[in-house]
Amino acid sequence: MALPTSRPTAAIPTGTGAALSSDQLLEIYYYLRLTRTLEERLVALYRQSKVIGGLFRSLGQEGESVATAYALERGRNKDILSPLIRNLGALLVMGAQPLEILRQYMAKAESPTHGRELNVHFNDLEKGYLGQISHLGDMIPVMAGIALTFKLRRESRVGLVYIGDGGTSTGTFHEGLNFAAVQRLPLVVIGEYNHWAYSTPPEKQFAVKDLAEKSPGYGIPAVTVDGNDVFAVYEATRFAADRARRGKGVQFIEVKTYRRKGHAEHDDQHYVPEGELDKWASENDPVDRYVQRLLSADLVDESDLKDIDDRVRDEVDQATDACVDEPLPDAESALPGVFVDPPVADKLWFKAL
Amino acid sequence: MAEVTFLEALRQGLWEEMERDERVFILGEDVGLYGGAFKVTEGFTKRFGESRVIDTPISEAAIVGAAAGAAHMGLRPVAEMQFIDFISCAYDMLTNYVATARYRAGLSTPMVVRGPCGGYVRGGPFHSQNPEAAFLHTPGLKIVYPATARDAKGLIKASIRDEDPVLYLEHKWLYRRIKEQLPEGEVLTPIGEARLAREGKNLSIISYGATVWKSLEAADRLAQEDGLSVEVVDLRTLLPMDDAAIVATVKKTNKVLIVHEDTRTGGIAGEIAARINEQAFEWLDGPIMRVTAHDVPLPYAPTLEDFVLPQTDDIVKAARWLAAY
Repeated sequence: MALPTSRPTAAIPTGTGAALSSDQLLEIYYYLRLTRTLEERLVALYRQSKVIGGLFRSLGQEGESVATAYALERGRNKDILSPLIRNLGALLVMGAQPLEILRQYMAKAESPTHGRELNVHFNDLEKGYLGQISHLGDMIPVMAGIALTFKLRRESRVGLVYIGDGGTSTGTFHEGLNFAAVQRLPLVVIGEYNHWAYSTPPEKQFAVKDLAEKSPGYGIPAVTVDGNDVFAVYEATRFAADRARRGKGVQFIEVKTYRRKGHAEHDDQHYVPEGELDKWASENDPVDRYVQRLLSADLVDESDLKDIDDRVRDEVDQATDACVDEPLPDAESALPGVFVDPPVADKLWFKAL
Repeated sequence: MAEVTFLEALRQGLWEEMERDERVFILGEDVGLYGGAFKVTEGFTKRFGESRVIDTPISEAAIVGAAAGAAHMGLRPVAEMQFIDFISCAYDMLTNYVATARYRAGLSTPMVVRGPCGGYVRGGPFHSQNPEAAFLHTPGLKIVYPATARDAKGLIKASIRDEDPVLYLEHKWLYRRIKEQLPEGEVLTPIGEARLAREGKNLSIISYGATVWKSLEAADRLAQEDGLSVEVVDLRTLLPMDDAAIVATVKKTNKVLIVHEDTRTGGIAGEIAARINEQAFEWLDGPIMRVTAHDVPLPYAPTLEDFVLPQTDDIVKAARWLAAY
């Protein structure tokens, strides 16, 4: 059967990765592998009912998540991105720890949000990530505000924000994009064309062929890249980030990719045409393609990759062991923190009876 | 007759109205082929076709606005919010456009906006909300919130037939937990009428939605452990509010506990208390008390969620205190 009409095509030349050192190439591989292995661990924990709520996979989208984040300037108070549920890889690249992700999913007291929020909904603005809320599109204007601050303070920093193909249907996406364009903000917008918004295919989501057709209407240049080609995504993002850093404004990058798992772990994907998942898995897996490129161009040794696999497995094992039996938060820790002042919400009268 | 779940009863109601009236159609995210996030509309596309079960983009404002336009033209749209938490994205459309249409412009807007609400399911801050109070303060929208399978069916049918816009809130914790035998034939629940869920004489609990069941559980325990006779009133419709049923239970038991899952401040309990104060003050033998969620966004961890939301134990303790007042 035929692949969807929007089969990945590279609209910009894909590089050789020559600009990246072999250490960097291996580091990118480390994050790809870490993303996948960590999610596989989460699946095991989900099946053991240790994950409290839903589990969301990024299988098939690790390449674009890792490559976009890797193209930013990272470290304390450098660039800032806002990841979506399928950007675990971006979060890890920016410095979030597997231990934090595991604790979030298991709602542990020691999780970054102390059990208040789910999965990747957490932040570290110094490391450079701002968690999403469930309402899609909302992070576009918020990240525009972050980029506005960079501009007002004359800082050489860039914001990057992700939006799914479905998310581009929201009003906040359009308002945020337009605002950022008018203000000529240093913002990179990654439009993830992953073919499914829950069960809704692109043709029921928008009447254009490519997401890249949307942003020119706001005066924002757009490019479409093969989202499963790590090098192409890296180069496009690097270009856009540099451009934004030079004060040239917003750039939209459409990454064509594929969501190989359901919306969440419960979703059996019965709406996906037969054979499509296998086809993407066997012919267009971003990690496989990256490894093939590295090995065929003789950029790294195979044994280096194997060492990274082992290291990742150990790290995920250690992180799991460190938190799986940790306690949930104390009940009354629900009350503080709605405001600075008053610092604690009222405990209601009947709790004292 | 077989028992049906709350969800199946809702489904039946939608199905029957679409069979009965070709003007009725459904629009929402993933409602078609997928059958909705909770499978409320599973099989509808096959029966009614894609023109009457419309899969929409992720665009709540457009869903509600388009429903309004179609309603003006004589259709009967039922708009689904995938989770009611996303109704905030259509707040402008609902409060400024839809709710005012009849009064300011004489426009008829017979439409239903429905969606899964409520907590107790570890959904975190954006998949657990109870938004009724935000809309109660908007003249022009009716709000229904069934607790039983029978009313899930009866109220969706009544909402579709109503001449004005109705916000229909369905608690996801009840979807598959509540099972009931439904009567043969047409099941219609009039909008604006509360239901006496349990008769009693010592104290009244007024509630709606999932906390009706927690209140009934508390009433059982209070009967067994304390010998207290507790009346439970299920409001079913929040707007227009059934003042007569509220006043009647106050006059009967003289003590009122209002229980709701939404947060305390600005919650509907305040409105109910004010109405009792205005209409039945002299019948009260104690203060009107509230058992509600704490005033915090709803957290994800089970320990936190259980503390923040009202539990059966909380209702039992509060009722004991009030009974002894």
